Amino acid sequence: MNQEMTKSQCGDCKVCGKCGTLDCPEGRTCYTILVYSENVAGILNQITTVFTRRQVNIESLNVCASSTPGVHKYTITCFCTEEMVIMLTKQIEKKIDVLQAHYFTDEEIFILECSLIKVSTSQMLKDSEIGRIVRRHGARIVEVNPTYSIIEKKGLTEEIVSLFQQLDERGAVLQFVRSGRIVVTKSPVEQLDRYLEERESQRLK
Amino acid sequence: MDNELISGAEALMRALENEGVDTLFGYPGGNIMPSYDALYDHKTTLNHILVRHEQAAVHAAQGYARVSGKVGCVIVTSGPGAMNTITGLADAMIDSTPIVVICGQVGAAMLGTDAFQEVDTISVSQPITKWAYQIRHADDVATAVSRAFYIARSGRPGPVVLDFTKNAQTSMTEYHPQKVDFIRSYKPTPSPFREDIERAALLINSSVKPFVLVGQGVELGDAREELRAFLEKAQIPAGCTFLGLSALPSDHPLNMGMLGMHGNLGPNVMTNQCDLLIAVGMRFDDRVTGNLKTYAKQAKIIHFDIDPSEINKNVKVDLAVVGDCKHTLAEVTRLMEKTTHQAWVDGFKPYADREDVKVIQPAIHPTEGPLLMGEVVRRVSEATQDKGILVTDVGQNQMFGCRYFRFTQGRSVVTSGGCGTMGFGLPAAVGATFGAPDRTVCLFVGDGGLQMTIQELGTIMEQRAPVKIVLLNNNFLGNVRQWQYMFFRKRYSFTPMVNPDYEKIAQAYDIPCRTVTERGQLDAAIQEMIDTEGPFLLQCAVKEEDNVLPMTPPGANVDEMLLEVK
Ligand SMILES: Cc1ncc(C[n+]2csc(CCOP(=O)(O)OP(=O)(O)O)c2C)c(N)n1
Repeated sequence: MNQEMTKSQCGDCKVCGKCGTLDCPEGRTCYTILVYSENVAGILNQITTVFTRRQVNIESLNVCASSTPGVHKYTITCFCTEEMVIMLTKQIEKKIDVLQAHYFTDEEIFILECSLIKVSTSQMLKDSEIGRIVRRHGARIVEVNPTYSIIEKKGLTEEIVSLFQQLDERGAVLQFVRSGRIVVTKSPVEQLDRYLEERESQRLK
Repeated sequence: MDNELISGAEALMRALENEGVDTLFGYPGGNIMPSYDALYDHKTTLNHILVRHEQAAVHAAQGYARVSGKVGCVIVTSGPGAMNTITGLADAMIDSTPIVVICGQVGAAMLGTDAFQEVDTISVSQPITKWAYQIRHADDVATAVSRAFYIARSGRPGPVVLDFTKNAQTSMTEYHPQKVDFIRSYKPTPSPFREDIERAALLINSSVKPFVLVGQGVELGDAREELRAFLEKAQIPAGCTFLGLSALPSDHPLNMGMLGMHGNLGPNVMTNQCDLLIAVGMRFDDRVTGNLKTYAKQAKIIHFDIDPSEINKNVKVDLAVVGDCKHTLAEVTRLMEKTTHQAWVDGFKPYADREDVKVIQPAIHPTEGPLLMGEVVRRVSEATQDKGILVTDVGQNQMFGCRYFRFTQGRSVVTSGGCGTMGFGLPAAVGATFGAPDRTVCLFVGDGGLQMTIQELGTIMEQRAPVKIVLLNNNFLGNVRQWQYMFFRKRYSFTPMVNPDYEKIAQAYDIPCRTVTERGQLDAAIQEMIDTEGPFLLQCAVKEEDNVLPMTPPGANVDEMLLEVK
């Protein structure tokens, strides 16, 4: 990871997330909230209203099935204070069909995002710096046709943003998309499994 | 019998009976008609009360639930019927009242097509319910109903919506009774940590000036006895929130009175003088705390609550004891030293005396001038030997009602606390008469609030529901007028109100009525009201421009109570 990139660069990091700054100037931190719920309709709505009521913006959101059958996993990032993230987590966990909600700082998780950047092929051929930027960032070119080419980059927010910004400075970008963050925790304890085991033993009582 | 096929609607009736439901408040309409048809065969076990507006059905169910401790139940149609329940759902949510609202819905095949009387009830009600669920298959009825009642009544209670599609009502199913008492994603009553119990006892044992805030959680947790034992063991003084008023008898020597904006002077002032503040089943509402920046900063704070998301929400606490207070209070009491805090308790007296002279006596024993709300409330309370149930609407009638009614029994307050819903009173009182048929239900209501749900006089007429309606008529939207007087330079913007002839209205609804304009008529009229079987409307022409005092102005410090307004 390029250390220099972790500090504020765009000057507007607190909401846009463009520079991938980890420490927000106003004492807010980037938190990742992991939510596990039963697979029933309408949970996402209930989760997002918790953020809306507290006037916290969701920076990114990923929803998918978890490794446990019937359990959905939500990966949500936001900038806020620790006090706020505690409240948000408790209020999310209070929803009847939510199994667990936990929050993490970036140090406590492995993070991955991916992105696709569509650039003009003719420009890429004219400007050799574009290829160098792509290689420096360890990105892959996954499609080349006479009109456009597609670059794929996986990694941390700031690596992706850096790639985008450098290509954009050369006026090469036609489209850019970055996925929501996905993470796994670094902790050796699998909290969801432990919770489900505990609950199953209580059910039997 | 085993493989008998019945409709989803019939399954609903059996599931309700299986949950012990005896009373339903409701209003029929197209998409709930199959269920009403099934209800027709269950009239003897499920007493259906036809209200005159769906909002009233919900408030009635709330009144029923609050006084009985059971889950209130409502049945209405889709679209407009469901939408009319929204105010009541929000009210029940913020006041933690267990109710289940069953709404009709269009057939599953038509969902999302903007069908006639289709509204996305689940999405609308989700933020203001504990749980909202759509039943789309008859097979799902038994489990959904049992789950709904379990969720409504367990842990911190709250409202649940069941959105019942028409096809699910009409299609056939086998019915097998269900008893849901476990949901793996839902832990209604977290178990307290032993350590927290011990630390709480330690803090209390070393406190010189402890003070307890009693909230509705004590009533909901059925922990009145545990609270008393807790207070008495160490002689700790306490104040009650609006909804916690009857958790401790009014004349208990340790009951220092009501908390909050219009509460008593002593408990509010002493909140900022105690060295340990112990909150039990209350949520530090802004109407109780006033300015949070100066609230109990000198004290250590312990919070007993069943809902982890209440901890540190408004007030940062030093210790949280999360769990059912019936259990946690008893556990802490066992570890507490038997002691007294006589000097500290005596310290409340000068404030009580000051308030008594300045505010209370003039309010309840005036000798001249127009009739006052305070004296009416106190006389009515006395006429029930302080055994009545207090129901209020919202406004000055509510403040005076809560200040001057007195309580000797639990589950005796029905008022809209967190929402402040005008129009709550009359239907809630109707519900209370069904929830506690042996008790005297006294409603205090303003001329504004009465007219918000006045149609429920029809329900009262039809049911002969014995609501003692005390209309405190001041020809103003009194509470708002008071604020205009105090904070808006006396500019009475749309608060004077021209009133109808309430005697004629009562007559039209066949409800006995008496109007009192003079102090000398009051006692006899109240006695007549109490002695009359069934409903009664007592109209009191009270002082038009009276102010509720004392008052902590909005945003002021909790100990900065005004005893008079200029
Ligand atoms: C549904 C609703 N609308 C408006 C208000 C705002 N409000 C609070 S108290 C009050 C005045 C109540 O007047 P009235 O019912 O005559 O009772 P009083 O205060 O005179 O006893 C109003 C308008 C409210 N609480 N609820």
